[in-house]
Formats: sequence, structure tokens, C-alpha cells
Amino acid sequence: MSGDGATVRIRPFKRDRDVEEWHGRYVPYDLAKEFVVAFLVVAVLVLLLAVVFSSPDEKPVTVKAWSTNLPVDFAQTAITELDGTSPTATYGPPYNPGSTSQSIGPLSLERIAGVHHPIDTAETDVLGPLRTLPDQPAVQQAVAEWDAASPATQAAWTAAYEKAVTNATYSDGQLHVPTGDYGPVGTMIGGLTAMARSGALDGALLSTGQFYGTDYTKPLLFIADGNYLSGLATSQHLGGDQWGMMNETGNYPGQAWLWLYTTFYQVRPFTTSANADFQVWSIMMFLSLLLLLVPFIPGLRSIPRWTRIYRVIWRRHYRELAASGSA
Amino acid sequence: MTVSPPVTEADGHDDAPEPIHPEDAGQWTAKLRATAVEAFPPARILPDRQPAYVASALYVFGVLTMAALSIVILTGLVLAVMGPTWWHVSSTGLFVNSLHLWSVEAFFFFMVIHLWGKFFMAAWRGRRRLTWVTGVVSFLVSVGAAFTGYLSQQNFDSQWISTQAKDGINSTGAGAVFNVLNFGQMLMWHIVLLPLVVVAIVGIHLLMVRRRGVVPPFAPEAAPAPAGDTPVGSEAPVAATTAGEAS
Repeated sequence: MSGDGATVRIRPFKRDRDVEEWHGRYVPYDLAKEFVVAFLVVAVLVLLLAVVFSSPDEKPVTVKAWSTNLPVDFAQTAITELDGTSPTATYGPPYNPGSTSQSIGPLSLERIAGVHHPIDTAETDVLGPLRTLPDQPAVQQAVAEWDAASPATQAAWTAAYEKAVTNATYSDGQLHVPTGDYGPVGTMIGGLTAMARSGALDGALLSTGQFYGTDYTKPLLFIADGNYLSGLATSQHLGGDQWGMMNETGNYPGQAWLWLYTTFYQVRPFTTSANADFQVWSIMMFLSLLLLLVPFIPGLRSIPRWTRIYRVIWRRHYRELAASGSA
Repeated sequence: MTVSPPVTEADGHDDAPEPIHPEDAGQWTAKLRATAVEAFPPARILPDRQPAYVASALYVFGVLTMAALSIVILTGLVLAVMGPTWWHVSSTGLFVNSLHLWSVEAFFFFMVIHLWGKFFMAAWRGRRRLTWVTGVVSFLVSVGAAFTGYLSQQNFDSQWISTQAKDGINSTGAGAVFNVLNFGQMLMWHIVLLPLVVVAIVGIHLLMVRRRGVVPPFAPEAAPAPAGDTPVGSEAPVAATTAGEAS
């Protein structure tokens, strides 16, 4: 009880939580000068690094570049967008109600959050762009035939084309697909490939109905469904199994601070788990919370005292204490 | 006879808050000023002396982190003034982008050493838990700020990172509102929202460092713990004098 009648609670002194008041010496310390010197030192360091190493700026991948370099891969991807079997078409929330959303046990946060960026890949990546080609009557007739067909007929056509296109070749400016009973699909995918190689598909995919646009969700998902982007990334050691998230193009340091996050993607069971992203993110959030709450967790907050690394950090202080006979 | 001038607040040696005029006793502004001056007298905000134990190279990494952050912000401001396309088409722009990139790398390098240094000092002791918490939050928000920077580059790297990162973020449900494939949204997060949070949290962190001072070393293990108990909420008394800032 304090003198004025107020109650003062007391608790035992704990080395990992409490400190003794410092009654020792104080020495001059010019904080402002220290900051200015530090700023100048870092500025010179950064300047030198920028002059010597510059910074990477690999040109972005376009649909034109993809379809020009890997036209068959482009056609194989386009047919999966049309028949709804591509990674994007089957992704699930937030893009569509697909069935492959990630979960831990019965908990799927992306399913709870729901669809917020709806994408119908057939319409977005194939049919919509083809409808912007009114001066190509053969393509328009093929699209009209597709629209008029029943879902069962459409499915039969796409199945036949998907099988045939695995043996496709590209030469003389044409996609050559073995003949089959795939109705208008051959004309449609051939037209889309030609459109992509001309660069017109890049513009059509970016078109949002507004003059200005900054959302690249749809073209990025389409490009990512193919093998061109991932092939380039692998050659730049950026693949998921190559510590990709913390690497940078060329020989530049990337986000090295993501090393622990990236580590999980290199080891089992996460390398083979269908829910790896959700599992790794859950672990990282838990570990971040632990780091945040270290001061409140008995045992964890004792690690510094147990490791005695502080003896090295404050070695001058302890030397002085020893010399004065206090320790 | 020489008369010494009175010691004033301006020279940092008189921290006594100006008393509130009785007429202003109920005024919010006067109360706010009095509270602020009491919590952060000039000599505590900008001390010119430190306890003798503040003598390790490790202490430099806090101020190095601040210096690097300053350069990150300055170079980011130049990039913002010229717009997101500039650095792709101008050699000067590329150079400023390089300064921005390397200052970010330096910032994280210094910050991580600072963080682990403070961990091994158990720098949360003595009512410094909020200092630790704001430091860790600064680190985590900075990771987000850097990440959105990588997404805002408008090059192959940002294409690849965004298409890879979407799966992790979508799996948490955050993809519903935080769309890493939307360049416009990521740029806004990178140059407005997250820098505001980083600067605010770092500001609180610095104020907490100044309020509580630098954590003292562990008492030698041979020495007994202080006799008796510690009053809750006052285990680390602080003083606001230039002659000695208690921990």
C-alpha cells in the first residue's frame, strides 16, 4: 500500500522480463552526428553498388512472344481455356467456383472468402478476343457455329481437338493440327494463334471496356497457364523448387529475407502437398506471431540468457565489472 | 558580477513541463501538450549521453537501418515523381531504380542484424515489450512493402513473382481484396499505404526507444536477483535528464 492509499501490486523479479535500474556511468553520445555519418556511409555504399551492379530489368513476357516462340504450347493452352480444364479455369476462388481450392482439414479460407475476380476463361481468353475480328468471316462463322452447338457437342469437339493438338506443328505461318472431328474449334484456335502472333491478342486481353487500365489479372493468368513463362523462369533459376521466391533475375540478390518461407517449399511434405501454399502460409503466420510475442512467452524469452551471446555483445561492460570485482 | 542566464527548455537542460494555466485546466490541447512534454522531454528525445554499456558495434545497426530507410524513401520519391514507366526508358531512371533497389537490400541487411542483436540482448526487458513488438511489426510490414515493390516493377520479374505468389495469398482468403496480379492496386499499396504504415510504426518504435532508453545488460549470473519484488508497471524506472537517462 502506498502512502497515498493507492494499492501497488508487486511481482517477483524475473531476469528475462525485468531489469535493474542503471546506476553506473553515462558517457557522451552524439546521436545526431551518428545518424548523419550513418546516412553518408550508407549513401556511398548504395551509390557504389548502383554504379557497379545497376539493377535488373528483364522485359515482360507478352502473348505475342509466347505464341511466336511456342505456338503449339499456346494452342494447347488455348484449348484448355476453351474447354474449362486449364489451371485458371479450375482454380476456384477468387477467380471462379472451381473445385481445387486449398484447405487444411475442412477449413478453406479462399472458399469462405468467395469469388471476387470472376474469370470465364473460354469467354475471356478465346471467344471474346475472336469476336473482335469482324474482318475474318471464317473465324466469325466458326464462333457462331460454336455458340449454336450444344454443350455436349462443344465438349466432344474440344476433346477431339485437345487430343489432336498434342501432335500439332507450326510452319509456314500456319498451325498444322492432325485432322479430326473437332468442328469449328480448329478454325477458332488457328485464328486465335494468328491473332496472338500479330500482337492483337495482348491488346484484346487488356481491354476492360475503359480507356485506362492497370489490372493485368486476366492476361497474366492466361500466360501463366502455358509453359513459356515458367520455362523462362526456370532458366533464370526462379522456379518454385529453385528457391524462386527469394531469387532475382540474373545474378542479383532478390528477397533474401524470404529464405525461411522459401525453405518450406523445398522440403517434404510441402513439395508434394496439394495444399502446400495454405500450409506454408499458416506456419509462417504462426512463426511470425511467435517472434512478435517472444517477450511474453516463458522459455522462449529465456533463450538470450541461455545462449549467453549477450556476454559477447556487452563484453566491455562485463570486463569492467570483472575488473571492479563486481562479477 | 556575472549573472548566469536562467536555464531554459530551449537548451535541453530543463525538462520541467510548462504548468497548465488554471484557466486552461479543462482544455484538451493544454492537457495533450503537458502529457507529451512529460513523456518526451527534449533531453529524452535527443539525449547527448548514454549509459556506459552502450558500447558495441551492434548498436550501430539501428541507426544504419534508419539511414537506409531514409534513402529508400528519398529514391522512392524520385521514382514516384517521374512515374512508373520512367526507369524502364531512361538511363537516369534506371540508375535511380538501382539506388532504390540497393538501399532496400541494405535496409533489410541492417534491420535483420539489428533485430537479432536485440533478440540476444533480450531488449524487451524492463517495460520495453512494446519496443520489441513495434520492431517486429516494422520488419513484417517492410517485407510486405518490398514485396509489393517487386510486383510493381512491370517486368518479367514482377510477372513471375505475382503469378507464383497469388497461390499463397489466395489460400489465406486475402486474395479476395489483395490481388497481386493487379498492377495498379499493388503500386498504390507500395507507394502509399505500406510506406505510411512503415513510417508510422517505425516512428512509434523510435519513440518507445527514446522513452524507455537502451536496455541494460543482464546482471552477472553470480549476483543474486534484486531482493524482494518488483512493483508491477515500474520495474524499469526512467529518468529524463541529460546527465543520465535511466533505463
